[in-house]
Amino acid sequence: MRVPVILKILAVIMVLFTITAGLLVDVPRLEILNETIRNLFFHVTSWFGMVFLFLASFVYSIKYLSTGKEKDDILAKVFVQVGMTFGYAGLVTGMLWAKFTWGAFWVPDPKLNGAAIALLAYLAYSILRNSLSDPITRAKVSGVYNIFAFVMMLIFVFILPRMTSSLHPGNGGNPAFSSYDLNNTMRMVFYPAVIGWVLLGLWISEVKFRLELYKKSHE
Amino acid sequence: MSIGAILTKEIKTDVRNPYTLAGSLLFLLSSLFVCYITIKRISAPATWTSLFWIILLFTSFNAVAKSFVNETRERMLYLYTIVSPMDFIVSKMLYNAMVMVTLSIVAVTIFSTLFEITIEDPIAFWFGVILGAAGFAIVLSLLSTIASKAGNNLTLVAILGLPILLPMILVTTAITKNAIDGIDWAVQWKYAFVLVGLNVVCFALSVILFPYLWRE
Repeated sequence: MRVPVILKILAVIMVLFTITAGLLVDVPRLEILNETIRNLFFHVTSWFGMVFLFLASFVYSIKYLSTGKEKDDILAKVFVQVGMTFGYAGLVTGMLWAKFTWGAFWVPDPKLNGAAIALLAYLAYSILRNSLSDPITRAKVSGVYNIFAFVMMLIFVFILPRMTSSLHPGNGGNPAFSSYDLNNTMRMVFYPAVIGWVLLGLWISEVKFRLELYKKSHE
Repeated sequence: MSIGAILTKEIKTDVRNPYTLAGSLLFLLSSLFVCYITIKRISAPATWTSLFWIILLFTSFNAVAKSFVNETRERMLYLYTIVSPMDFIVSKMLYNAMVMVTLSIVAVTIFSTLFEITIEDPIAFWFGVILGAAGFAIVLSLLSTIASKAGNNLTLVAILGLPILLPMILVTTAITKNAIDGIDWAVQWKYAFVLVGLNVVCFALSVILFPYLWRE
């Protein structure tokens, strides 16, 4: 897997733009939310990045199980590792946001629990990989678990929170960011932010992937 | 060779050597009794159901993981030559579901004797208990196979299984708690639908994915 140079340049520009514009643009003044609304550019995009990378990992696991190429297994692993980093970032930014708007770092909320459980499932994936020593068995078994975990994560993060009431914006009758009269200035930062973080994730994955290949060839 | 034959084989092995099954049953009884000694009295249905499902969850780790310990490498090789992977996993799931449903019935009987509770809507309650127990068995059948590749360790089954079983636990807890409170089916059908859906999804995924684990 190689990420084209043009996309890497785009990633740098968009992430730099997100950080500067995200902290400087004029945002709607809303009660309680105040300046924390800027978290949209960092928190929401982290989760987008995580889901995108886990999706990539899911696709490469399916590819591995159908073709049996070692490269696909390494890619599946790398995408999970980078996706986890995005997940941690999403968790930390979300907790900080919750402290200033809901008054606590953690509340018993379906959306939050879903996110935590998704991370637990992928941590279990890493433990599983490390407890198998034979490379082919490891690739097959962890591929199977990855596919199972991804499907369950989709159910947990996207279906279950919609069934019960949730404090989280976008659930249980709470307005999502898009309905906080998300004005055009915010939109202009949000969309590049999503693209920028996702591209950055792909780039990091590529570097990790090449490092893994290098390690393999020098074993 | 078909699903029926493997099922018969599973039942015969367990009837001839009932200690593994008896072990799971004793595990269940002991945990129930520990709860009784430490908690003594439960008044809120929410506490009742959460405690019940936690006990059933850990019993299922125990009971389902055991069904793979019994399969020696030689016996697996033999089965490999005569049955298709689909028949094998389907019969394993059915058998484990039978065991778990039996254990859950025992659990409800004893748990409701120790901690008295009136169930307003028994149909919804049993629907939740039986489908929940069967769901645990279905998910853990595949995960135990995964864990058995890494040397059959129970910790691995638990850490792999907990995050994946959580959607199911949330739904079963909600449906049984609502049944105890006698909440109308207008609310319950949504949970019932998701519970059936989760079972179907897990069953289908296991059938699709198992053949990749079968051939080592």
